[in-house]
Order: sequence, then structure tokens, then C-alpha cells
Amino acid sequence: MLDYIWAAMMLLSFIFGMMNGRMDEVTGAVFSGSASAIDVCISLLGTMCFWSGIMKIAESSGVSRAIGRVLSPLIKLIFPGLDTKGAAANAICMNVSANMLGLGNAATPFGLEAMKQLSALNPSPLKASNYMITFVVLNTSSVQIIPTTIAMLRSKYGAANPMDIMPAVWITSILSLVIGLAVAMVLNKRRVQS
Amino acid sequence: MNIIGSYAVPLVISAILIAGLFRTNGMFGQFTSGALDGMKVLMRIVPSLVGLITAVEMFKASGALDVLTFSLSPVASFLHLPKEIMPLMILRPISGGGAVAMLDRLLSSYGPNSLAGRVACVMCGSSETTFYTTTLYYGAVGVKKIRHTLVAALIADFCGMVISGIAVNLLF
Repeated sequence: MLDYIWAAMMLLSFIFGMMNGRMDEVTGAVFSGSASAIDVCISLLGTMCFWSGIMKIAESSGVSRAIGRVLSPLIKLIFPGLDTKGAAANAICMNVSANMLGLGNAATPFGLEAMKQLSALNPSPLKASNYMITFVVLNTSSVQIIPTTIAMLRSKYGAANPMDIMPAVWITSILSLVIGLAVAMVLNKRRVQS
Repeated sequence: MNIIGSYAVPLVISAILIAGLFRTNGMFGQFTSGALDGMKVLMRIVPSLVGLITAVEMFKASGALDVLTFSLSPVASFLHLPKEIMPLMILRPISGGGAVAMLDRLLSSYGPNSLAGRVACVMCGSSETTFYTTTLYYGAVGVKKIRHTLVAALIADFCGMVISGIAVNLLF
């Protein structure tokens, strides 16, 4: 999919550049764009390093495990009937807390582990179970406490308080998560697994 | 509301450091090893950001982005969203790197405190690369039939996008 979008952007640039007589600008963009990509990476690098370092401390001092424990009643609510002491519930808790802290690296292995555990509970392995659907939706609309990449880009372009959008981000992501889970639950009930 | 934004980052850092002082040894060592991991992660995404930012920049320079934005403006006004964010709205669930590229270009054109800039940031901060996550997780366990996963996930994404416009209008 990305292949097509990426190619389409550049091929359309050629066509529109020709139609609009902006071929010089397109040529310029090849060089200025790739140079500015490195600017973006360099400005992201500091934030990325610092934040990953802080989050490593959070992980090894048990902060993410503590968040996982606080979340476990919610997990029980979202996954009705799932054994809360089991390996699946544990992996789900760790995945959610890592996502909340913005630990993408740590979240993915826990997420894959959770999928594996849910797959073991799945009577028809080629077909997604209700738990799996809920879990994937939980990940595609996950809530991140501190959106670091976005804050970094905002400060790069001179926002005085790059985090002033945070309450709006929280409200939006919590609401979209609730909507996603509600839709998944309704459809889970309606389309009972055969 | 602004006070939350000002306090959140220092507060989270302080809480983690206090936990670290009590619960772990060699905290600074932990920090540097985590920072090194962060650096490696970024290094892995540099090539894709170079490819995508260049493509977005070309797309913008040719005037194609304006055409796309303009043709989507009826949808934008129907959803009460700034029309400048419509291309980003399409790209967000498909490509994480593409969304960063598009957001970066958008912030450089309109500024982070413009309406479009703020809505774009809230939208990106509150959503995920839905298609990638879905493919990755189901692919890992060999599930072929994903039933209504994408329906639920994309409804959530779409609602999130509309809500981000409302939230920015209410809070700023």
C-alpha cells in the first residue's frame, strides 16, 4: 500500500509540475525536501534519546508494571470472561501501559505475546476471536500520555508551550478509544462466532 | 487547562525519577542505555522519513497538494475541520512515517499555533497507524479472517479526527 502512495505522490508531482509550469519548484523540492528530512530527524533525535532514556527508568523501576496493575480492573471490563490472572491478561496490561507511556518498542513485543495467548484460547485459529478484535482496536486507538514526537515538532516550529495541546489530545484519544471499543463490543455481540 | 500542559512533562519525569531512585540501581546507566535504544530506533526510521518527506515536499511544490486539499474541502467543511488537514487525515492510518512527514510540512507552512496546526497535532497525537498495527498483530498469529476489526478501528479513527477539531475549538 505504501509503495503505491509513495510512488503516486512523486508521479503526480511530475504531472502537476508539468501542468502548472512548476517543474523548477519540483526539482528544487527533491533537494530541499531530502535535506529538510535530515533536519527533522536531527531535531527528533534529542527528544527521542532523552525520552527513551527516561522511559527505560520507568520500565526497570516498575512504573509501567504499576500502571498495568491499576488498569487491570478496566481490562476485566473490556475483556469479559478473560482470566485476569492468566498470561493473556498480563500481556495485555503490559502492552497497554507501555503504549500509554509511549514505549512503542516495548509495547509491540507485549502486544504480540498477547495475540499469541489469545490465539491459544481461540477455537478457530484462522478467524479473529472477539478478544482479538477488542485487543487490536485497543492498540489502533491507544492513549498516549505524553505525545513526544508531536511536542517535538511543535517546539521545532516555535510553539511557546508545545504541550498546550495535551488536554485536547487526551480528550480526543480517550473518546475515540471508547467509541472503538463500543463499536467492537456491539459487533462482537451481533456477529456471534460460528 | 494550560496548566496541565505546562506541568505534565516535568511531573511525569519527576515521578519516574523518584520511582527510579527507590526501586532501581544505576539509574543514570539505565537512562543512557535507554537513550541509546531511542537513537537506534530513530536511525531505523531515518531512511523512510527521507523518502516520505521528499515525496511530500515534491507533492506540495508541484501544486498537487493544493488540488487535493481543495477537492476535499467540501468534506472538510462538512466535518467542521480545517481543509489543510484533509491530506493528513487520509495518510494517518496508513503510514506513520508519512504522517510525520505531512505534519512536519504542515507545521512549517501554517505554524504550530494556527487552527490547522493544532488540529493536525491533536489528530496525530490521538491516533495510530491503524493498518500497520492490524496487519502486524494478525500476521503474527496467522489470522486470515479479521471480521469487523477494521470497521471498529476506522470508525474510532474517524470519530477521533472529528473530535480533534471540536476539542481544539472548545479549548483554544
